[in-house]
Amino acid sequence: MIAIIFRLAWRNLWRNNRRTLIMLVTIAVGIWAMIFMTALMRGMVNKMVRDAVKVLPGHVQIHHPDYLDDPNIVNSIEEHPDGILLQVLNGPDIVAWSSRVRVAAIISSARESRSITLLGVDPATESEVSFVAGKIVQGSFLNDGDDDGIIVGRKLTETLETGLGKRIVIMSQDPDNEIVDRGFRITGVFDANTEALEEGYVFTGVTAAQNFLGIPGRVHEVAIVGRGFRQIDGMYQAVKNAAGPNFSVLPWTELNSYLGTMLGVMDGFVLVWFMVVFLALSFGLVNTLVMAIFERVREIGLMLALGVKPMIILAQIIVESVCLLFFGALTGNLVAWLTIRPLQDGIDLSSYAEGLEMFGYSTILYPEMTVEDVFTANVVVLSLGIIASLFPAIRASRYQPVEALIKV
Amino acid sequence: MSDIRCVNLCRTFHQGDITVTGLDHVSIDIKKGEFVCLVAPSGGGKTTLLNAIGGLDKPDSGEVWIAGKRIDNMGKSALAEMRLNNIGFVFQAYNLIPVLTARENIEFVMEVQGIPAADRHRRSAAILTEVGLEGLEDRRPAKMSGGQQQRVAVARAIVAKPEIVLADEPTANLDSSSAEQLMDLFVSLNKNHNTTFVIATHDQRVMEYARRIVKMLDGRIDQDIPQDPR
Ligand SMILES: Nc1ncnc2c1ncn2[C@@H]1O[C@H](COP(=O)(O)OP(=O)(O)OP(=O)(O)O)[C@@H](O)[C@H]1O
Ligand SMILES: [Mg+2]
Repeated sequence: MIAIIFRLAWRNLWRNNRRTLIMLVTIAVGIWAMIFMTALMRGMVNKMVRDAVKVLPGHVQIHHPDYLDDPNIVNSIEEHPDGILLQVLNGPDIVAWSSRVRVAAIISSARESRSITLLGVDPATESEVSFVAGKIVQGSFLNDGDDDGIIVGRKLTETLETGLGKRIVIMSQDPDNEIVDRGFRITGVFDANTEALEEGYVFTGVTAAQNFLGIPGRVHEVAIVGRGFRQIDGMYQAVKNAAGPNFSVLPWTELNSYLGTMLGVMDGFVLVWFMVVFLALSFGLVNTLVMAIFERVREIGLMLALGVKPMIILAQIIVESVCLLFFGALTGNLVAWLTIRPLQDGIDLSSYAEGLEMFGYSTILYPEMTVEDVFTANVVVLSLGIIASLFPAIRASRYQPVEALIKV
Repeated sequence: MSDIRCVNLCRTFHQGDITVTGLDHVSIDIKKGEFVCLVAPSGGGKTTLLNAIGGLDKPDSGEVWIAGKRIDNMGKSALAEMRLNNIGFVFQAYNLIPVLTARENIEFVMEVQGIPAADRHRRSAAILTEVGLEGLEDRRPAKMSGGQQQRVAVARAIVAKPEIVLADEPTANLDSSSAEQLMDLFVSLNKNHNTTFVIATHDQRVMEYARRIVKMLDGRIDQDIPQDPR
């Protein structure tokens, strides 16, 4: 029985080669479009999020409870966490973490001054959580926490008309609201993707910053990097529980709610895109099946007359559509893989999108084909495709044998 | 016991405003193993009666009994089962599944019945020879003449050894020698297996084989005459 269902389905498919091929191509293109476009969109958003998280930096941050509302120097926390929090931070779910001093300051050269954010960091841990250590283009990054050299962005050296080895003055406030200032020597210049970063952030050793500001042993944030920006829930909860009520612990989705929302919207958009492609595709599929069945009314009538049960007719048509969907999807997946693979090294958009860089977006797009997206695309097409073909199949199985037999 | 029993069958067709009579109070009893010819001018109601007997069409009123079971009020699925296992059909037109070869068409009913492949092949090979289609087993219907297609249909109808064979113009498209061969096959099946045959025909050659001739006119049974087959 199964054998005859498959034999009939298969032969009927190849009865009109051209129509079947067109349908296969349609399904393949549909699946390809789903996977390929999604890979591009994912690549774009993920890159954006990763860049943004590196600037933040970290997937989760710990602060003084008042710091986010009022980033005042006094809203500081212990530089070295202890107890359970330390255990969690050194646990398996956390890739790296780093304590940082973070205050607003003014930087002045002989000619210009700018307001910036001064970061006091420990180079040993900082290089694992933020972008800057790997982006030094002149000089070198800090040696240790005591290093009182200053690392500035390339753009800032231009606006301040200064450069590597030159001295600049940094001015800020100590915990008693007294102005503190000090000369620093530029020992490194970094190149970020974006000018805003290059102009906005300045780095020095954590101890050097504490001494300068008069806050020994205190920092303003602990930046934590987990296994991936999408899988932070467990790690975030663990850190939050360990930190207790005296700290504010927030995931990146809340620290940068714009990006967090964007990621959610993106996930929804992928589904909408899938549905749009599928709808276009299902019209073709149902149409093809309806035509294919209309051509065969008489033989369906014949089979029913000979005593074939309506369910078998239904099954045969469903098998036909499953074959179409399966081979179409197979081709689509293959083509998607073949077209995405050569693009793994990134698509350079800089010539089309000069403005992007200004907004903090990098101009190289890396398509990302995820197992989940490929799986969803295939499940959407296969399952909904089968549901769509139920309609013509059920109609065919309800024919009256005699009426079908005499139809011409 | 009668194998086929029709009581007061009426069937009308409506085509727009016109009403056409297909069957008009037809009652007939056909016993197990009978060999009956339905004879009528075109439009006389032969096909309509065969369809009612085979459970392919529901009469407007009246009863149809097959092997002691009333079938005119049976559900679709039960009817399909009954047709599959009890009746061999040769239809007036459009008999074969175009995507299957001659052999596959012949084996189709057996395959749906679930008869094992080896058994099927043995029986289809034997019947292919009997209906004179050796060498054509792998052809599809489109590559066969009308007569050859007709013989495939007949082979399919009888290969599963049904209780009843309903054949609508089985010898149309056949030359006399093939027609004779086919009728001999029917007769031997009728003798050896006590298969009931109801054959609608215009063909004088076919009528000669019948032991009972039922003449219809305008959907009524006009004459019902026993005869000595040749
Ligand atoms: N599905 C139908 N719709 C409308 N009228 C029909 C239908 N089937 C049969 N008829 C009419 O019913 C009458 C009997 O038809 P039927 O097919 O039984 O005749 P028949 O004896 O088989 O004729 P033929 O020798 O031409 O096959 C005819 O007048 C025919 O036009
Ligand atoms: Mg007829």
